[in-house]
Amino acid sequence: MDTAKLEFFRGTLDVLILKALVWGPLHGYAITKLIRRQSEDALLLEEGTLYPALWRLENNGWLEAEWGLSENNRKAKFYRLTPKGRRQLRHEVRTWEAYAAAVAKVLGATQPPLPEETR
Amino acid sequence: MKSVPMWRRYSRLFGPDPAADVKDELNFHLQAKIDDLIAQGWSAAAARQEAERQFGNLRAVQEFGLRIGERMERRKRLKDYWNDSLQDVRYTLRILRRDPGFAVISILILALAIGANVSVFSVVNTLLLRPLPFPDSHLLMWIAPPPSDCGLSCATYSADAYEEFREQSRVYQDVTGYEAFTTPDNLRLTGRGEPESATGIEVIGNFFQVLGVQPILGRLFTLDESRGPHPIALLTNPYWRREFNSDPTIVGKAIELNGTPMTVVGVLPESFDFGAVFSPGAKVDLFTTLDLNLERDWGNIVTLIGRLKPGVSVAQALDDANRVAPNIYFNVKYPRTLGRYKGALIPTPLKDYVTGKLRRSLIALWCAVGMILLIAGVNLSNLLLARAVARAKEFAVRGALGATRSRIVRQLLMESLVLSGAGAAIGLGLALTLIRWLAHQGSVALPLLSSLRIDGQALSWTILIAVFTATVFGLMPGVRMATGNLQEMLKDSGPGAGLGLKHERLRAALVVSEIALACVLLVSAGLLLRSFVRVLDVDLGFQPERAASIKVDYDDNAPSEKARQAKRGEIFQQIIARVSALPGVEAAGISDYLPLGPNREWDTPVPQGKAFVPGEFPDPLVYVITPGFIRAMGMRLHGRDFTWSDGPDSERVVLINASAARVYWPGEDAVGKILMRGKEEDHVVGVVGDVHEETVEGGAGSQIYYPATQQGPSSAKLVVRTTLSPATLATSVLHALRELNPKQPAAEFRPIQSIVDHAVSPRRFFMLLVSVFAGLGLLLAALGIYGVISYSVTRQKQAIGVRMALGASASQVRRQVLGSALRLAITGVTLGTLLALAVAKLISSLLFATSSWDVPTYLGMLVVLLLVAAISGYVPARRASRVNPMEALRSN
Repeated sequence: MDTAKLEFFRGTLDVLILKALVWGPLHGYAITKLIRRQSEDALLLEEGTLYPALWRLENNGWLEAEWGLSENNRKAKFYRLTPKGRRQLRHEVRTWEAYAAAVAKVLGATQPPLPEETR
Repeated sequence: MKSVPMWRRYSRLFGPDPAADVKDELNFHLQAKIDDLIAQGWSAAAARQEAERQFGNLRAVQEFGLRIGERMERRKRLKDYWNDSLQDVRYTLRILRRDPGFAVISILILALAIGANVSVFSVVNTLLLRPLPFPDSHLLMWIAPPPSDCGLSCATYSADAYEEFREQSRVYQDVTGYEAFTTPDNLRLTGRGEPESATGIEVIGNFFQVLGVQPILGRLFTLDESRGPHPIALLTNPYWRREFNSDPTIVGKAIELNGTPMTVVGVLPESFDFGAVFSPGAKVDLFTTLDLNLERDWGNIVTLIGRLKPGVSVAQALDDANRVAPNIYFNVKYPRTLGRYKGALIPTPLKDYVTGKLRRSLIALWCAVGMILLIAGVNLSNLLLARAVARAKEFAVRGALGATRSRIVRQLLMESLVLSGAGAAIGLGLALTLIRWLAHQGSVALPLLSSLRIDGQALSWTILIAVFTATVFGLMPGVRMATGNLQEMLKDSGPGAGLGLKHERLRAALVVSEIALACVLLVSAGLLLRSFVRVLDVDLGFQPERAASIKVDYDDNAPSEKARQAKRGEIFQQIIARVSALPGVEAAGISDYLPLGPNREWDTPVPQGKAFVPGEFPDPLVYVITPGFIRAMGMRLHGRDFTWSDGPDSERVVLINASAARVYWPGEDAVGKILMRGKEEDHVVGVVGDVHEETVEGGAGSQIYYPATQQGPSSAKLVVRTTLSPATLATSVLHALRELNPKQPAAEFRPIQSIVDHAVSPRRFFMLLVSVFAGLGLLLAALGIYGVISYSVTRQKQAIGVRMALGASASQVRRQVLGSALRLAITGVTLGTLLALAVAKLISSLLFATSSWDVPTYLGMLVVLLLVAAISGYVPARRASRVNPMEALRSN
């Protein structure tokens, strides 16, 4: 795995996974499909990186895993948000939005900021 | 997510498997992907390739998953273990609540044993294990001649010898010393209301620097201040607080000691307790400087204490001392005194000097409490076993329901841990009380006693022995229980089952070992007790009962020695006349020295007209006394006592003791003979019975008594023999003294008995502790016997019922039960006696005038143990004889 790319991606991936599980338990493959479809194929994640992220979240106590059967009767591991995970999601969404808004402000600026002393 | 069918639930039948989990999960992902791709029209082979490409580095993900999975598994196991343990604790508490009698008894037993152990550990730790309370105390050396019976006089050196030794030795950072012949209340503090007496020690100026003591106020002395008179003083912390209200401005102020103003230069820290280290049981109020120049002609008066240079061994120090010794003068003015100290300068670690003598006693004490712990542990085992039998069915059911053996053992272990934990907590409380009490036993002449406390080490020791007891003595019944045959137990756990019998044999063995250990304790305590009684029975040469002493202040200042003697005689005669007239006073007299104090010697008198070789005659212990002292002390006298007419100008007279008489004139009557001191003739007018010198145990050497009107006493102690108890006379005696001399300080009116008590206090201390432990051991052994016999009666209730139905009488049943108790006791006693014989040999050095084969002690132990066994057997025996045959047969 390209670690530099992973590091960049990790924070975002975590919040995406948490969000994906808001509507109910899913297995890993379903999560990739959900993210891809909801981003309308804009976010193409390398599928291999999903699993380490899932396990890390499980280890943090944000997710709970359970073995179950998939739609076509295969044994699959389903992940579910814990209350702790739900709190984490809320927190990360807020951070993300604040971050995105700040970046948007800078990028959307139409004139240079006023000099400091005049403010 | 669909619900999982039943068979799927067993896919991890053999425990969790993180590796397989990761593989399954990733496989599922790939398979799902391939399915989707095929649905989109990919060929099977191409779909697999594409799925793997999109996935990325499969192996790396797998490895990561394995690592994180294992970590989670470990954490889960730990959590489960913790949860199980909590469950065990809850269960244990429930069970113990259901059987409070058992819980209370076992916790109490453990509390007593652990409390005793922690207390003794604290004492041993303070006295033996912990270093002395000085920085780098391992470097401190006590320099003294090899041990002999000559006492402190031989353990000291002259001022010249000190300086020569300090100069010539190469292994010390510095050498110091203190004046060894200070008696309590040697100073009089005046100018602050009523005169008060105080105890001061003269030290060489560098004393505190060598020990490494820093003042909390002001400064220390310097070595230069020991050469010439310097009216300065250092106060001990308690004295500063008590007498001067912790005055922060005390430094630089003058206080009046014995009529001389002395400037306080500093206050010592609370942690420094001179008495605790150098003079157990004594309290010291202040320090003054020793004037080496003044003391040069006074003979052996200072002790030697040195601080080694780092890295110097004791052997090297000894080599150095042996090298230096031949070059040292007793008194540089007399060349023939060169080399007097050859072989008499032996450095030993200060710690060994302070506590070395106690090592054996302390180790004996430690072993005694160790045995108590063993007995208590065996008792706990016994109780747990008895319960285990009763609970056999419970364990069998739990086993049948799927509890593993290790789980059951863990449960039992948890029970004993909870018990020993509670015992340890209470025991710690007991130890805390005991140690606090001991630390304030200032009158017990044991060093460092005041620094006793329960510290972190004692706490760790508590935890250690609690866990040890729980594991060792709790595990055995646990293992025995858990390895029993499940079916067997389920079928029949009632009385009479084979298991019960097997357990009973084990329990009997445990009880026998308890009795044997109690035996050893009883014999040791008995031997120590008999030694103590023998010590008290020692003929001291005086009668301490109904006599008391008080330090008397007097002023005999006069231009000449003769005038001083005359003036002193007058003062003393007046005092004695006045005190003798008090109602209740039988006799009164003054001496400057009381028995059982530090040794002191002056000269070597020799009998007149006898040829002798130097060193043939001893240096006798010196008393300077007035008429009446011999009678007031209750000493025996052959010949006549001094009279007031034995004045400065009359014939020189002395009294000697029987030992001295035997040395000087063997086989002859010494009365009327003459002793020569240089050119002076001393007429022996009487022979006094031997008086014990330094210790009660040690004998008496040569002693000589001079009249206070012909020699200079170092101080005056008035001894009063009364018909009433001495305490009632204290005020009237002090009042009488104040009338004659308003400067008389309010000194303590101390019963002579207290001097004896002080001297025997370490022996009393050890004897008392060992006796308490023996009592404890006996009690525990009795409990053990009672438990086993009582249980076996319950178990055999049916059999007893049958026998009684067949015609056995109540007394027959009683005899049989009692017999089984006594059989246990006799086996235990036999084993114990053998063990005790070996142990008694080991403690023989602690005994006084008592053989380690002392028959009465062993007989006493035998009687006591058999009696206790009989009583603890009798109670269940009576219960057995009251069994109603019909009821017993019908039940079960």
